[in-house]
Amino acid sequence: MAALEKVDFVLAGVGGQGTILASDILVEVGLESGYDVKKSEVHGMAQRGGSVESQVRWGEKVYSATVEKGEVEYLLGFEMLEAARWVDFLKPGGDAIVNRYRIPPPPVNMGVARYPDEAEIQTLMLTRVGRLVWVDAADIAAELGNAALAGVVMLGLLAADMGMETDLWLGVIERLVPARFVELNREAFGRGVELSGAA
Amino acid sequence: MKKLLSGNEAIAYGAYVADVGYGVGYPGTPSTEILQAFSAYPGVHTEWAPNEKVALDVATGISYTGERVFCTMKHVGVNVAADSLMSIVFTGVRGGLVVAVADDPGMHSSQNEQDTRHYGKFAKLPVVEPGDSAEGAAFMGAAMELSERFKTPVILRSVTRLSHSRTPLEVMDELVPLHTPHEIEKYDRDPAQQIPLPMNARRMHREVEQKLVDIAEWAETCELNRLEPGGSHLGIVASGIAYQYAREVFPDATFLKLGLAYPLPRDLFFKLQGMVERIVVVEELDPIYEHHIRLLGIPAAGKDIFPLCGEFNTEIVRECATAAGLVPVRAASVRSSDPVVVNGLEPVAALGNGNGNGTGAAPAGAAAGTDAGTEILQPAQLPARPPMLCPGCGHRPIFYVLQRLRAMVFGDIGCYTLGAAPPLNATHTCGAMGAGVGVLHGVDIVGVKDRTVAVIGDSTFFHGGMPPLANIAYNKGVSTVIVLDNRITAMTGHQPNPGTGRTMDGVETPEIKIEEVARAFGFSRVDVLDPYDLAEVRRVLTEHLDSPEPSVVVARYPCVLHTREKYAQPSVDLELCNNCGTCLKIGCAPIINKGDHVEIDHILCSGCDYCVSVCPHDAIVSARTGGGEE
Repeated sequence: MAALEKVDFVLAGVGGQGTILASDILVEVGLESGYDVKKSEVHGMAQRGGSVESQVRWGEKVYSATVEKGEVEYLLGFEMLEAARWVDFLKPGGDAIVNRYRIPPPPVNMGVARYPDEAEIQTLMLTRVGRLVWVDAADIAAELGNAALAGVVMLGLLAADMGMETDLWLGVIERLVPARFVELNREAFGRGVELSGAA
Repeated sequence: MKKLLSGNEAIAYGAYVADVGYGVGYPGTPSTEILQAFSAYPGVHTEWAPNEKVALDVATGISYTGERVFCTMKHVGVNVAADSLMSIVFTGVRGGLVVAVADDPGMHSSQNEQDTRHYGKFAKLPVVEPGDSAEGAAFMGAAMELSERFKTPVILRSVTRLSHSRTPLEVMDELVPLHTPHEIEKYDRDPAQQIPLPMNARRMHREVEQKLVDIAEWAETCELNRLEPGGSHLGIVASGIAYQYAREVFPDATFLKLGLAYPLPRDLFFKLQGMVERIVVVEELDPIYEHHIRLLGIPAAGKDIFPLCGEFNTEIVRECATAAGLVPVRAASVRSSDPVVVNGLEPVAALGNGNGNGTGAAPAGAAAGTDAGTEILQPAQLPARPPMLCPGCGHRPIFYVLQRLRAMVFGDIGCYTLGAAPPLNATHTCGAMGAGVGVLHGVDIVGVKDRTVAVIGDSTFFHGGMPPLANIAYNKGVSTVIVLDNRITAMTGHQPNPGTGRTMDGVETPEIKIEEVARAFGFSRVDVLDPYDLAEVRRVLTEHLDSPEPSVVVARYPCVLHTREKYAQPSVDLELCNNCGTCLKIGCAPIINKGDHVEIDHILCSGCDYCVSVCPHDAIVSARTGGGEE
């Protein structure tokens, strides 16, 4: 059997957006797909409004749990500014899926910094990205009644983008989310898959 | 079955399968989840102690009965426990005793990045260092055996990137109680071995030195250390998480992977020297292996190539290795086609080869929606997102009032260190756990014209705040200490403490009331406050700060993240709001500056209504009292 090609992911957002759950799902999907996997996250300050960032690696044999700048295949940005912050980690031509959602950080609210507009962020992303997909995941999550579902909407898009069998993803989601939220999460994932088709 | 566990969960699992029945510790990022995960296993007993020294003393007692036990703490906690650690190295242990320590290179949530491997040489005990979850579990078992074989405590050292990374390992399908407590008829008394009086301690020191010699001998062949043959051009010495980065960067090198960070072998290094042309040590933080190798007279490079400060990652190791000529320069990869935008702004022209900053590569006018020739924003220019006190946090009103009173605030370690963050800027010093109270007394002895005050959290108060508070009373001090009592150890993820009223197992236990402790110490001016009572907070704090007698204020409000207290968010009356900026000064993330007014983010807001009470124009209307829905 040929060696598995490595796939690196960065998930970046703000506390409360479901970033960690999404990365937990992603790393389990890799393991079930036959990869060696590792996942690293920095979440100590997440509840205090700070950035949350999680890195997932799939490969034949994975040593480092953290990704290397300029080597990442997929960037999932749960918030526009956080997505832009990580763009340099993508390999030239890597894919980015970005939630069109703004959470102004403290320096912006205090008036000492400016939140870049969408055009500026898109321009920055395009210095590196091969395929940039904007998604209104926060709106979809709100429609479904839970803001934390945005992450699973984005995973649906990612799974479809990667051309992967979605049943495996749904199985992992079922295992990882509390029973009473399974249906909602399946629905959110399905909405993401649909969006990819529409694109 | 194969399961993904974090390094911390794996260390706990390793203790469970090593027949360890007891775990004690004090919470501290990134170590906290070790004991939490262990407490979930059947048949084990776990306790949070008020501080790391107490935890280690309790662990020592358990070990003295012959039971296996481990003790958890973060790196700076070892300093607190060090007095006891040094002693038990001399007296020795009976049941296996492992101190599981998590270091924080990069200081993700710590005040320093000390390297716990030094405690091996300093305290004269073995240190093991796993590099992934599978090793985390295996090394805990190995450390227990090592501890019992040589009758010494053993440190198991993790780091943030191991503790908080999930990697796969084989675990048992079904969890059953593994530990059977021993029936102990009578304590096995051995004062000659358990009292380090000088006459005993002199003998003990020689025994300890002999143990280190014996363990170093064992290190030559033990499974913890591993020679991984590869090319003869380069021999890499590494351990733990640094080994993983080095493996990515030097796929063809010969490796000496150290699992026992102290004591170090001798012959293994000579063997490595015989196998390779050049030895390079890749170690995060201090050059411990490098110095050892050089003392053996073996030429080795290390810190002349790799940084001394901060956390490593593959990129740093690769960049340094490339600069030193150890690996060839990597060919830059290039974007193969023009970028595609889905569901975005107007499609744009190609922007170079995707190799980075876009400057120069971008054709004029390429940037969608921006003027031709405008500089493209760089990631480093993006506004930062520093952490701040949570929405609804009961600490906020205290810091806001202290800031208004222009108080000089001696802070401490916990969530409330964020009182130092802008726009509150209401904490001015911070050191070790409980230090602020003592530092304040020192400043007040000399006397400064500012209003001075110390703030300390409830868990930190029980950890290290009580002795310096007793000191203020005893030495006729004049200081005011505010205890921010949110009823839980919040920063590390809500562990109960002696003030909470329940144990780690969730069993009810008497609460120690901080105000009663203060009164028992001899403080006569003691007040308990609801931080959300704005007028009362102003009155009481002013009174205490201006009074010449020593005093204690207990500002009590349970952590809203822990109690999940949440109400409908207040609304902003656009007629009345003129964006005067007052509410933005309380430093609450959901309050968003919209230019001519503010807006409140409904996802982030907890509905505490503190902004309602500070607004001078009554423009923020509570959903609780202003007629809105509950």
